[in-house]
Amino acid sequence: MTGDGTRPSVEALGISKAFGGVAALDAVDFEVRWSEVHALVGENGAGKTTLCNILAGIYRADAGQVIVDGTERDFRSPAHAIDAGIGMVHQHFRLVEPMTVAENIHLGWPETPGVVSQRALVDRTEQFMGEMGLHVDPTARIWQLSVGEQQRVEILRVLARGARVLILDEPTAVLTAKEADDLFRVIRELAASGLSVIFITHKLREVLAVSDRLTVLRHGVREITRPTEGATASEIARLMTGEERVLDVEHRTVTGAPALELSGVSALNDRGIEALHDVDLTVRSGEILGIAGVSGNGQSELAEVICALRPLRSGSITLDGADLASLSVRAVTDIGVGHIPEDRIGMGMVLSAPVKDNAVLHNYWTEEFAQGLTLDRQGVINFAKQLVETARVQTRSVFSTAGQMSGGNQQRLVARREALAADRLLVAAHPTRGLDVNAAQEVRSTLIDKRDSGCAVLLISDDLDEVLLMGDRIAVMYEGRIMGVFDSADADREHIGLLMGGHSAVEAAS
Amino acid sequence: MILAIIENAFLSLIGSAIPASAVVMLAATGAMLGERVGVLNLGQEGLIGIGAVFSVIAVLSWGVESPWVAMLIGMIAAAVAGLIFALCVVSFRASQVLVGLALALGGIGLSNQLGVNRNGTPIQTLFREINPGGVLDDNDLVSAFLFHDPVVYIAYIGLPVVLWFVLFRTRHGMNMRAVGENPAAADAVGVSVTGWRIFYSVLGAALTGAGGAYMVLSFTPTWSPDIARGRGWVALAVVIFAGWRPGWAVAGALLYGSMISLDTTAQARGWGLPFMGASDLSFFLSMLPYVVTLVAILIPAGAVKLGRRVRSTAAPAALAIPYSREER
Repeated sequence: MTGDGTRPSVEALGISKAFGGVAALDAVDFEVRWSEVHALVGENGAGKTTLCNILAGIYRADAGQVIVDGTERDFRSPAHAIDAGIGMVHQHFRLVEPMTVAENIHLGWPETPGVVSQRALVDRTEQFMGEMGLHVDPTARIWQLSVGEQQRVEILRVLARGARVLILDEPTAVLTAKEADDLFRVIRELAASGLSVIFITHKLREVLAVSDRLTVLRHGVREITRPTEGATASEIARLMTGEERVLDVEHRTVTGAPALELSGVSALNDRGIEALHDVDLTVRSGEILGIAGVSGNGQSELAEVICALRPLRSGSITLDGADLASLSVRAVTDIGVGHIPEDRIGMGMVLSAPVKDNAVLHNYWTEEFAQGLTLDRQGVINFAKQLVETARVQTRSVFSTAGQMSGGNQQRLVARREALAADRLLVAAHPTRGLDVNAAQEVRSTLIDKRDSGCAVLLISDDLDEVLLMGDRIAVMYEGRIMGVFDSADADREHIGLLMGGHSAVEAAS
Repeated sequence: MILAIIENAFLSLIGSAIPASAVVMLAATGAMLGERVGVLNLGQEGLIGIGAVFSVIAVLSWGVESPWVAMLIGMIAAAVAGLIFALCVVSFRASQVLVGLALALGGIGLSNQLGVNRNGTPIQTLFREINPGGVLDDNDLVSAFLFHDPVVYIAYIGLPVVLWFVLFRTRHGMNMRAVGENPAAADAVGVSVTGWRIFYSVLGAALTGAGGAYMVLSFTPTWSPDIARGRGWVALAVVIFAGWRPGWAVAGALLYGSMISLDTTAQARGWGLPFMGASDLSFFLSMLPYVVTLVAILIPAGAVKLGRRVRSTAAPAALAIPYSREER
């Protein structure tokens, strides 16, 4: 039953859930109505995803009730939640990569015919896509699709099963602006047709743009549920963070010899296509050079060539005049280059190792921590404790594994560790991606401290606001080329936006 | 003269390779079944032993007179061992490699112990070859290729066709593959990861047990210690060689079965190396299946290195990885 926008579709009463003794949710009440888009807002670790995982039958609550359309439910598995009409699209997609779109949509679906052929699945999928007005090539395999298309497959799959309550967990985190706008349109249409949409996010602009009502969670407790109309971004931000902290960055103009110098650098990406094309860049000691650009325009490869993780095809990279490109990864670290990698889980840490070991990944073998073949265990522990404290990493102890920490805390740890390793150059790739407001500010403060101490900082980010806020100079990348470099004072947002979209300097100026 | 000798050797090779490979085929199908849902059972060698020894016990001690019933008893025994394995690795998420090795060694030890008083006792309850009217004699090509007992046909034709159909032409098979590729995805759409992993581990163990039963009920046909003689390991290699595809397992099993037969043929005929003065080739020949396995693994890996995607022959992505829903 759908209805008038006032009857509740899902009610959660007094939901509590703890992980390993740490409370993720504490007696949370939450109510969603038919025909509404309900934004669930909060910082990383506020409990948004945990709450939705309970509604979707992934986790079981330690205490509390879930009532769906007036009937109390006890979901023992996602299948039960789907039967009750609740479907969730996860932040990390639950798709089977080697299978086709049609197969993925029909997975685990009782209405899939018992005996199937690829042809039959494709026909059914096409028909269903027509009904929903959402389209993806049904014969494509998942790994061939863009992230936005994969998300559409997830949404289609949930809707195909007759979900009346759709939960989207940070759906825009992986989307381009254009894809996000398309998604918002789809969400509004679904709500207009009578469905409930729960939209998890920590981006305030999205909350205001797309939701009818909003609920703010903070530290596992509900702060407020209210209509979105009349709410302001600063008010929501205050409720999310409990305080308002705005970083004010003073820009500086540094002259003098460049620390990092790239000239004529070209390199291939993993698929063997040229990702960097004749790049010239300089970063001076004591300045932040911000790289603006849409993800996938060579920024990742740029960070990797500098840190000796990717071979050069041509050109040279020097740090204070000394060749960097011919060094090993360890040698690059040794001479004072820190790297906050884009993929903090894959490249930044060893998730199954304890926090203390992750703290010394760079230098466990140096005299500071090792005597001959043995580690100075106490020394490592002390160092890790200090690192955890100064970086304000929340972890149960330095002995628990890195994988047990939330993403924000992992990022804090990596950022601080790399900042310590970086005496001369710090390469920071998307250092605040996925972080909440407070954690992002702390990471930014770390970068500014490094700059002020005379380190050269290369900041790569696809968040233009961040690049404009942080960069003393700003370079724009598009398709592996540097489109222009500006002093902070001369940086014009619109102009840079055009260059990021591939318009040449001349076109942009006219 | 020379031609006759070659023909003779070839016939006996084919004649013994097909039934010898049937054991490998059954075990490979059993292993593949588990691996398709993400459970790697390295204990094939032990399961063959258990299946074999219980069939021997059924015939010699319990007076079972039908080879089918004896095979069924062997399968049930192997299935029980498979269930213990599945509970360890699926429910308790123990390391599949460690428990699998324990099952391999434990299964060999258990079956050797149970078979200790039955060594060499000939088994009379056998599967019979299908030879319509006895029109053809034993020593020609047609009968070497065609006339075998029913288990051979089940192993080479029945099972692969059924498994292929289920895996690639049914809803259930789609769900199975999803469990092996991405259990979180399967779980999210309501497929019971734990349930199917246990079920197919047990069914797979039963099939491998059938392979063991077949050894003693047709191929050897008597109990001897360490009855599997590496066929369990070869079966695991065949699964990799076949790229987890049932049809290719037939080719793989025949190839590997021929190599095993070469080994015994060489031993029986005293083939030696003309150089290095080696008078016995059997050690070299028993090594061959594993060298071929290395090559079979290296070819797709090399192709990936050369930038070609070889997705269809890749292992199920979640193979040997325990699944836990609440892991963050």
